[in-house]
Amino acid sequence: MNFLQNHIFYIGAFGLILIGLFIMLSKRNLIKVIIGLSILETGVNLFIVTLGYLNQGTAPIFSKPGLDVQKMVDPVPQALVLTAIVIGLAVLALALSLAIRLYNHYGTLNLQKIKEQKW
Amino acid sequence: MRKFIGIILLVIIAWGLLITMKEIPFGEQKTKVGKYYIENGEVDTGASNIVTSVVVSYRSFDTLGEVTVLFLAAIGVGAVLATFQRKEKRKLEPSSLILNTGCRFLFPLILLFGAYIFIHGHLTPGGGFQGGAVIASAFVLVYLGCRGKRINQAGSKLAESLGGLTFVILGLIGLAVGGRYFLLNFLPKGEFNTLFSAGIIPIIYIAIGFKVGSELSGIIDQLMEES
Repeated sequence: MNFLQNHIFYIGAFGLILIGLFIMLSKRNLIKVIIGLSILETGVNLFIVTLGYLNQGTAPIFSKPGLDVQKMVDPVPQALVLTAIVIGLAVLALALSLAIRLYNHYGTLNLQKIKEQKW
Repeated sequence: MRKFIGIILLVIIAWGLLITMKEIPFGEQKTKVGKYYIENGEVDTGASNIVTSVVVSYRSFDTLGEVTVLFLAAIGVGAVLATFQRKEKRKLEPSSLILNTGCRFLFPLILLFGAYIFIHGHLTPGGGFQGGAVIASAFVLVYLGCRGKRINQAGSKLAESLGGLTFVILGLIGLAVGGRYFLLNFLPKGEFNTLFSAGIIPIIYIAIGFKVGSELSGIIDQLMEES
């Protein structure tokens, strides 16, 4: 029980990663695979932000005088995730545009029916 | 069969993750570099938002690379969809008066909010990437609400190019003035926690805001046009 309390955020993030991976492995519809990719990416971002968390921490912003420097959370993971989210959005758009082209070429989004894509 | 193999693979990965997770402490200070940024960021960069000072000052070369990745993704969407021609014109039903007026009323307000977010990136939570995303959401509203309106392609390309150019040229000026490293903060730091402070950080964030906003609205434009 103590383990669960201490690691509940990690378990949530890893749960999202595993759900996304399972969707990508098991679904045959290309749109669902892309949704799985998006969930996986959310899990990874959540995990990186969680790494920087401090118990009873504050945001690393000196918005008013007298804030405790020791209580501030780690800014580096937040800075990494900030750009990763926007890039993830652009990559999602790229994946969707490829899906549009595949649908126009083959007339289906089912990966089983696209002969070259079979595994 | 696929699901069975997938579940076996997931169990193996989950076991590995569980072993790793046990070793990572939660809610403690783990890195020295984050502590250094918090303690010295105020003196080094003059920005009161430490996340901004990490993104645009300590790791700004990295941010230039990330902006380039975003640019490449936008170009990729354009290149993938460019050769595709729709066979019959899609028939657009005109939107109702309430929807039309509502989105024309909200559009400038959302643009203003996005601009506020990226101009105050060094003082409050937010910055160029977030403000750019908010601006792109205003264009989504126009595409969905006021049918038939398009963004100005030439203006969008101009804003994108100017944003990228400003970033690179500021970096080169820093290199020329200081002679030590790329993207040196050569402007005066100003008074801490005011709008005109932190040297080149707000200028770079405004450039990033324009660039991200026009790139994301370009992607939305492409997807709306071709799908």
